[in-house]
Amino acid sequence: MTSMTRRLVSSFAAAASAVLIVSPVLAAEGDGPEIVRQQWAFSGFRGQFDQAQLQRGFQVYKEVCAACHGLNRVNFRNLVQPGGPGFPEEAVKALAAEWPNQITDGPNDEGKMFERPARLSDPIRGPYRNEKEARAAQNGAYPPDLSLIAKARGVARNPSWWTHPFLMLGDIVKSYQEGGSDYLFALLTGYTDPPADVKVGDGMYYNKAFPGHQLAMPTPLQPDQVAYSDGTKPTVENYAKDVAAFLAWSADPTHDQRKRIGWQVMLYLLVTTALLYLGKKRIWADVKH
Amino acid sequence: MSGHTSSYEPTSRWGKWFDERLPIARLVHGSFVAFPTPRNLNYLWTFGGILMFCLVAQIITGIVLAMHYQPSDTAAFNSIEHIRRDVNYGWMIRNMHAVGASMFFIAVYIHIFRGLYYGSYKAPREVLWILGVIILLVMMATAFLGYTLPWGQMSFWGVTVITNLFSALDTIYQGLGTGIVEWLWGGYSVSGVTLNRFFSLHYLLPFVLTGIVILHVWALHVVGQNNPTGLELKEPSEAVPMHPYATSKDIVGLFAFLLLFAWFVFFMPDYLGHADNYNEANPLVTPPHIVPEWYFLPFYAILRAFTGSFLGIPLGSYAKLLGVIAMFAAIAILAFAPWLDTSRVRSAKYRPLFKWAFWAFAFTCVALGYLGAKPAEGVYVLWAQIFTVLYFAYFLVAMPVLGLIETPKKLPRSINEAVLGPDAAAAAAKH
Ligand code: HEC
Ligand code: HEM
Repeated sequence: MTSMTRRLVSSFAAAASAVLIVSPVLAAEGDGPEIVRQQWAFSGFRGQFDQAQLQRGFQVYKEVCAACHGLNRVNFRNLVQPGGPGFPEEAVKALAAEWPNQITDGPNDEGKMFERPARLSDPIRGPYRNEKEARAAQNGAYPPDLSLIAKARGVARNPSWWTHPFLMLGDIVKSYQEGGSDYLFALLTGYTDPPADVKVGDGMYYNKAFPGHQLAMPTPLQPDQVAYSDGTKPTVENYAKDVAAFLAWSADPTHDQRKRIGWQVMLYLLVTTALLYLGKKRIWADVKH
Repeated sequence: MSGHTSSYEPTSRWGKWFDERLPIARLVHGSFVAFPTPRNLNYLWTFGGILMFCLVAQIITGIVLAMHYQPSDTAAFNSIEHIRRDVNYGWMIRNMHAVGASMFFIAVYIHIFRGLYYGSYKAPREVLWILGVIILLVMMATAFLGYTLPWGQMSFWGVTVITNLFSALDTIYQGLGTGIVEWLWGGYSVSGVTLNRFFSLHYLLPFVLTGIVILHVWALHVVGQNNPTGLELKEPSEAVPMHPYATSKDIVGLFAFLLLFAWFVFFMPDYLGHADNYNEANPLVTPPHIVPEWYFLPFYAILRAFTGSFLGIPLGSYAKLLGVIAMFAAIAILAFAPWLDTSRVRSAKYRPLFKWAFWAFAFTCVALGYLGAKPAEGVYVLWAQIFTVLYFAYFLVAMPVLGLIETPKKLPRSINEAVLGPDAAAAAAKH
């Protein structure tokens, strides 16, 4: 049995390393819109969010995207919490109070609903009360709430049948979960002139990453649009990357804690499995099996 | 619960007093401590224990989720987000439950293929095997119902597509199918009413499952475990007491399995699901690809293999009905394996031809899983049809025919001989 176990472990290790070596080569196949995988601070099983990047990403959201998109599942208080942008509480309180899209509260003593400035415990509201209002203002298009968008989008891949299992194994070994952010980056940097044979509809824009290639969102990012204060270059790529990272956090605010605990759990399980295995060997030592 | 006499000796006075009134400790001792297990079991035999763990884990995490979950069409999606974001360690419980469902199926499929390879379904284990098939069905129902609860796009459209299958019965009797579908939905479409009743049933079925699992274990302890040789236990020396022998091995298997489990829970909780399920259900927007969870894909491929024609045979208006029948038959046929397999030898280890058939069948299932995730068009349909035929051929051709035509390898005379060699086995038998 032990030799079989050893054989299993070594063949698994060999398979895993083979997969790691061949999968980037195979990943180039496929016919959907090409989405290039980015290197993220939070990539893979060791990744953690880069706080400075989340702060810049929020700045891009606030100064650009918030004009059309809400972030309703994120509360202002979340911007203070560890594992996120981690802004100082006072600054976020002031931000909430000045947020242009106020909170509908009530009814008050006269039985009327009223608008009031946001507090830490309130959601980050977008400009529109509901989908109808959004469509009315956006020529019939609907800018979706962005809180979960990084999880609600992925990268479609169409590998050939025989490469498929290797790619899958490769993704599992590397714990690839960043398809949503890769898509967002590709979308935000994917505005180009349409190919000659494509006619772009009225009020639509051509984008190579968007499924179907035409969407109602005009190019949101321009160079020098947002003034960064930490020396990061004000390019479209940087904006796109930062806001995609920020949206990855807003879709998964417990991410850092999850992976940190994950390591402790894996370590505990590894050591315990090894000890249990040794115990089992002792117990079976006198029994041929 | 077991067919052997008890060796249980209460050690304390209180233990003796209680044992004379309710011998539950004796029952546990007989079933899980002294129970004789073949000495030659390999790690594939640890999956039964792993499955028990999965069931208990799903029930515990499920009960905690249900404390925070709200089964209504307007609140369900938000309550899951509330669990992920605001409930203390809610993300962990939620990941454990969602990933746990997949792990449960990984374990059960390994467990089933183990049984198919070593012929564990054959006499005298037919009832044990059939109880297993019923467990698989109830598990599938539970997982299907559970997947509706987050009320995302894939939840909603998955339910719509699958419940709609019953409308195929309209081809037999006009209105029968539609009637059943509306009865299941509690209305004229999938709605909050459907969600509410699905939650109720999703909470119920795991406890039904527990009951069937108890029967399954009971049946196991009456007939005893099979083993890699497929031979029956003949000598006491061919068995070891379950504790500490089998238990020490089971727990190694369980912890190794937990490593995989934890990898998904902590590092890739969404890998086994669909991105589209993070969009709230919207009856007005049909997703471009409606795909069930991975563990249903082979059966989904069989369902969709029945288009207008099957390998050139026109099916006309019966196509949908035949697809539904084939899909359910693909599971039901497992229950007939004990009688379809004509070989007197249990273990594929000693069946040179059957071994090939087994691996071809395993490949077929993976291929069907692959095809189930592809759109039902073009060459995919043809392959799905070919593999559907191969799937059923394993049961209807390979099992009955190979048993008759194949010459098995020479079997060892006993488990002891297989483990110790002929001389030592003879010596062991003397004791
Ligand atoms: C002028 C308004 C406007 C601004 C500013 C804007 N968007 Fe949009 N966005 C839209 C509209 C309208 C849609 C819907 C497009 C459609 O459905 O065709 C949309 C759609 C999207 C989508 C969904 C694409 C998909 O896959 O369905 C994402 C993601 C997105 N926007 C991100 C952003 C980000 C990030 C920013 C800030 C950098 C931003 N948007 C700024 C109007 C805007
Ligand atoms: C046989 C055992 C079980 C299986 C196979 C199972 C399977 C599932 C699945 C596949 C989901 C959807 C997960 C997702 O994508 O989010 C789910 C959700 C859920 N289940 Fe279960 N379940 C089981 C037992 C239970 C029990 C016993 C309870 C409650 C007592 C329960 C309560 C819930 C709740 C509240 C949800 C919604 C939360 C969520 O989606 O994360 N489950 N279940």
